[in-house]
Amino acid sequence: MCLAIPGKILKVNGQMAEIDYNGIKKEINISMVDVKVGDFVMVHAGFAIEKMDVDHANDVNRYLAENK
Amino acid sequence: MSLISEINEKAKKIGRPLRFMELCGTHSQTIAEHGIKSLMPKNIKLVSGPGCPVCVTDQSDIDIVVGLALEGIPIAIYGDTINVPGNLMSLEEAGRNGADVQVMYDITEAVEMRKQKPGLVFFGLGFETTAGMTAWAVKEGLIVYSAHKIFPPAMAALLANKDIKVDGFIDPGHVSSIIGMEPYKQFRLPQVIAGFEGEDVLLAINMLLDQILSGEARVENAYTRLVKKAGNPKARKLIEEVFEIADAKWRGLGEIRGSGLKIRKKYQKQDAEFVYRDLIKKIRQEIKPKPSACKCGLVLQGLIESKDCPLFGKVCTPDKPQGACMVSVEGSCNVEYRYNRK
Repeated sequence: MCLAIPGKILKVNGQMAEIDYNGIKKEINISMVDVKVGDFVMVHAGFAIEKMDVDHANDVNRYLAENK
Repeated sequence: MSLISEINEKAKKIGRPLRFMELCGTHSQTIAEHGIKSLMPKNIKLVSGPGCPVCVTDQSDIDIVVGLALEGIPIAIYGDTINVPGNLMSLEEAGRNGADVQVMYDITEAVEMRKQKPGLVFFGLGFETTAGMTAWAVKEGLIVYSAHKIFPPAMAALLANKDIKVDGFIDPGHVSSIIGMEPYKQFRLPQVIAGFEGEDVLLAINMLLDQILSGEARVENAYTRLVKKAGNPKARKLIEEVFEIADAKWRGLGEIRGSGLKIRKKYQKQDAEFVYRDLIKKIRQEIKPKPSACKCGLVLQGLIESKDCPLFGKVCTPDKPQGACMVSVEGSCNVEYRYNRK
């Protein structure tokens, strides 16, 4: 149920947005988030559930760097 | 040092047997897909919890939606639900018997479809992650039968059962993206919120071991690329506007106080339990519970493993599931059958 895919917002159109999943474009619903063009979001069942933080792209590397 | 060697070293230092429960069905899937159980030191056992929404949906909810379908009401559902055996039949069998049952990937499809099929009922299930989407659809005018649930009360119910021994929780990543870290703080055991890659789960296990080694019991976030401390307030506002907290029945765990989401009176014209109340009353009276040896309820609490069920792999397979845990691709039995059947 929680399978989700990250994608980049290409165009915002009211409560919908066009998103790019690594080359594949799709319309998704953005009613649950505040986003703008260029943001990365996690998409589950056709909805963006939350904005992604690209500065924290790799949690594992961060942990390993902090706990050397 | 790699995560695996860190885990091995720390588990050795702790020495005693440890049981970690992953609460989300998608984590169970990740663990199986990457063979993570086989990478664990002998004293770490990973057990699955009640995080597969299709699995924990109570039998009576399945029976009511099957009943509505058989009465001629068009039904829209998420895919996994279609094969859950009901006391009478599954939604898939109802479809074969002439009922109008439509599988959707996305609830916006149901909102579109209701223009051609007025009276269409969407079977809303899932935790905080999908509840916001359903709330949006209710506001768009879709009629919903809500079996939505919220997660923390189920964790409290698990911890209240003294037979269930857990040393740490791997908290669900996407539920947490909505609810944030705060709701978990009431539970006094080590917890780590994890993402869904193999190494995210390894990282969570490693961080649980760090907490045990230092004698701490905190909520940590190993999925900072998505989960914010305060979660997603906009999604929560949407949920709160449409739903109110109610008691709910969970397969295996029984009725849990304050664990369900019921549509508010303000939106009762979109609440299938109000719109079709007479029909639902009749369906409830006609349900005849069918005895089954299915042990899904015990599997969901981590009390037994799938292979301990006498039906597992014999009469119960993903092609012919006898219970919900074998139906859903993230149900423990389904995952166990696909990845670990000897």
